[in-house]
Amino acid sequence: MNLSNYLVLASILFAIGTATVLLRRNAIIVFMGVELMLNSANLLLVTFARIHGDLQGQVMAFFVMVVAAAEVVVGLAIIVSIFRARRSASVDDVNLLKN
Amino acid sequence: MTQLSVLLSLPASITSGGNVSSGETALFWVLAPLMVFGALGLLFARKAVHAALGIVLVMISLAFLYTAQEAPFLGVVQVVVYTGAVMMLFLFVLMLVGVDNSDSLVETLKGQRWIGAILGLGIAAALIGVIRTATFDQAKGLTAPNADSNPVGVARVIFGQDIFAFEVVGVLLITAALGALVLTHRQRLVPRVGQKERADARVASGGRLAPLAAPGVYARSNAMDTPALDPEGRPIEESVSRVLRTRGQRRSATEVEAQVGGTSAIEPAQIEPAQIEEGTQP
Repeated sequence: MNLSNYLVLASILFAIGTATVLLRRNAIIVFMGVELMLNSANLLLVTFARIHGDLQGQVMAFFVMVVAAAEVVVGLAIIVSIFRARRSASVDDVNLLKN
Repeated sequence: MTQLSVLLSLPASITSGGNVSSGETALFWVLAPLMVFGALGLLFARKAVHAALGIVLVMISLAFLYTAQEAPFLGVVQVVVYTGAVMMLFLFVLMLVGVDNSDSLVETLKGQRWIGAILGLGIAAALIGVIRTATFDQAKGLTAPNADSNPVGVARVIFGQDIFAFEVVGVLLITAALGALVLTHRQRLVPRVGQKERADARVASGGRLAPLAAPGVYARSNAMDTPALDPEGRPIEESVSRVLRTRGQRRSATEVEAQVGGTSAIEPAQIEPAQIEEGTQP
């Protein structure tokens, strides 16, 4: 099996994550779509590290994981505070700036 | 310790032709459909908890793939950080926000569903097309960089040339922790309404301050459906339960007086006409 199969799998996962962000309304599920995209990018980085025989790709994936953890903490805090103020976790209900 | 060292010194799995071993091929073809299935669960599951479990499946499978791809350190970090911390955080927030908080199916933007689906398929087609047409170098494998086990090799890069990025990431983590503390701190949007404020509002509204009068209690009729009399002998309508009044099951004081053959001071003239009309109902 060629290593490009991993890249195709990462592409499929990334596309599913994109579709989730575009289609779902629940803010938490949208956020999980973002996580899925980050994970697929990590798979890509690990595969390229193996293709090029260089550990730099794995280190990059490690940094992506750390930044994703920080992003999840702040993002979920924002979702919780919006839920407290508006009693809803739907991205459609956050429309204070409309009109 | 022996298991760990076995895990960390996995044999190089790239064959001379740049392909992977047959064991890894089998692992990939078992895990890849499972991962796509879990990711599609994220896209189509009605309940947010099912979507979260699908993502957990994808992340654990990714840890397997990392370990197979000569990155056991990232495989362990994937389990600890993603499935252990991040997804549990997601589940906690789902618990806070409400598990039943499912999506609404109302389309607020017209045609958004079709446009989103087309864009998702489009990005998949574009990425796969690029990967299929690109030519890659023959895979080198990580045998040489992983000679002193994978974590040691990764640590040499992180604490060597990437030490500044590592410290910046530390600052970022502290900032994120502070940000979460500040954001989830509950700020009162409206002033607190306590007992004193409620009492003041009641006096200011000018309504009845004292409790309602109890229903009428007479010598030979002691019932919830009879109104009490005020000092001037007029019935107090509010003294009968509101339920009985709206059902029309209330008796008037004159009816009771007629049954009792009374000697009370009530005279029909003293009762207001509206009350007499109500009183005629059974």
